[in-house]
Amino acid sequence: MIAFEGIAVRYHGAGVRALDNVTFRAPAGEVTAVTGPNGSGKSTLVRALLRRQSLEDGRITIDGRDHASMSAIEMARAVAVAPQRENPAFPMRVDEYVALARYPHLGLWQTAALSDAAKVTDAIARAGLEEFAGRRTDELSGGEWQRVRIARALAQGGRALVLDEPTTFLDLSHEMSLFELLDGLATDGMAVLLISHQLNLVARFARNVILLHHGRVVAAGSPADVMQAPLLEKVYEWPLVVSRDPAVGAPSLIPLRRKAPVSHSAPSATPNTLT
Amino acid sequence: MSHHMWHWWIMVAALIVLSVVAVGIGAVSIPPLEVLQAVRGVGEEGVVSIVRNLRLPRVILAALVGAALGMSGGALQGTLRNGLAEPYLLGVSGGAAVGAVIAFAVGATAGGIVAIAAFAGASAAVLLALVVARAAGRGGHGDPRTLLMAGVVIGAFANAVIMIALANASPNTIRGALWWMMGSVADGSWATVGWLTAYVAAGGFALIYWAREIDVLALGDESAAALGVNVETAARRIYLLSAVLAAATVAAAGLIGFVGLVVPHIVRAAGIRHHRPLLIASALVGATLVTGADLVARTVRPPGELPLGAVTAILGIPFFLAQLRRAA
Repeated sequence: MIAFEGIAVRYHGAGVRALDNVTFRAPAGEVTAVTGPNGSGKSTLVRALLRRQSLEDGRITIDGRDHASMSAIEMARAVAVAPQRENPAFPMRVDEYVALARYPHLGLWQTAALSDAAKVTDAIARAGLEEFAGRRTDELSGGEWQRVRIARALAQGGRALVLDEPTTFLDLSHEMSLFELLDGLATDGMAVLLISHQLNLVARFARNVILLHHGRVVAAGSPADVMQAPLLEKVYEWPLVVSRDPAVGAPSLIPLRRKAPVSHSAPSATPNTLT
Repeated sequence: MSHHMWHWWIMVAALIVLSVVAVGIGAVSIPPLEVLQAVRGVGEEGVVSIVRNLRLPRVILAALVGAALGMSGGALQGTLRNGLAEPYLLGVSGGAAVGAVIAFAVGATAGGIVAIAAFAGASAAVLLALVVARAAGRGGHGDPRTLLMAGVVIGAFANAVIMIALANASPNTIRGALWWMMGSVADGSWATVGWLTAYVAAGGFALIYWAREIDVLALGDESAAALGVNVETAARRIYLLSAVLAAATVAAAGLIGFVGLVVPHIVRAAGIRHHRPLLIASALVGATLVTGADLVARTVRPPGELPLGAVTAILGIPFFLAQLRRAA
């Protein structure tokens, strides 16, 4: 379980906190999703978890241990993180790339054991990448590359998995299969923390949703609790309706047009009328 | 493994064959078998003396310099995540040149003193680059690009110092400084080989020891942190080790450009991508390239010699262009 306990983060020289009194838990056996508009502090959360950004207040615990007291290797063994931005400096083969995930489990001199190789093969299979294992990372499409990153996080092992915007560039089927994969991992007992813009998918798969706005938690709870139209309209500053998906029963958000749609077939010749 | 065993056999064989040939070629030509005997002290006294006292230390020095520059470049390119990174980037070359030029300017041109001055200058420049990068980096997290820029700035400053120092210098000082800056292993002695071996062995072993960290650092700071690397500590360690290797070569043989830049690209093109094999292969290829370049430098226009740094660049350019073609 990953627990954020009243954490506050302030970037160097910034007046306001990027995260302010953020408290929530990502328990084992569940998919927990953090969502919110751009700049709400979602990626700062990952940076704080990775200790790339120091905490001004509060603490983060992993299975009850304060993460500030853990070594980098202990952290990496307990929690696998796929950060949003990643671009290897030099291309390599997909299987070589995924194998780098075993770094925290190997000493500097230890050679990878058969069990490490098995975990790499298994992660590649679970991400549906068998046919890409021998391909070079610079020859992949955006969606394939996303899945390679996820495979690497899976191969890292650990009891918790954190994915920052893993569905960017994924098409419908890959997006769905990723969510089903995460659902399965949670069922197997893993703590899955997902940072995602995809409110509708999050509402279907996450047990708990945390809504961030200006660095604060403005709503937390079940998808039905958080997906309230008035709240989301305020946070996203956009008119929308929340309905219930007729097929699966999950709350579903539909953004509305602010202006009346422009008809493409008959361009209006009438001049603007000022009122 | 990502690479075939025959790559390694070719690299090792190329270095050995080229070294034996290089020892054999010169004003007195010695066939390879006699070279091998002379190395063991068997044969005509004159031949043994030429091989053991003149040519062998020179060839070994060239190989050591190439090995160190290759490893230094490979480690820096991975850590800085930049294929244009090279050993002289962190201010090493500028600082070393300032040290050497000052030594020439004050007339302290005995071989050992120029080497010490160059090494001191290189070390000072690297430390300065690290301090500048740290002061400029916000929030305590050193960005590799900050260090790159700090190195470039210090290099520019060093150039200014060199121009000022040489502007009113005597022709002899200028000539000495210029030849030093073009790089040469002509003064290779067993003493130089001895201390450079110590540096290359210690620095090279340390880089190879920490090579897995370079693999992970090459993924980017956040990913490296996620995989359990203390990014700043690890990166600083690699910079310092790479800089020490480069500074030692500069002290021993002056500035020899292009080796540290091009060799890691040649190795990667052979399909070697993890940094432990990459560093070992870069040492072998770098050693071969500089040994070959030195052979060319001293045989093209005897008894005169071409500047070694120019020959390495001319030999390296085709490899680099081939790389560009691949990348395009």
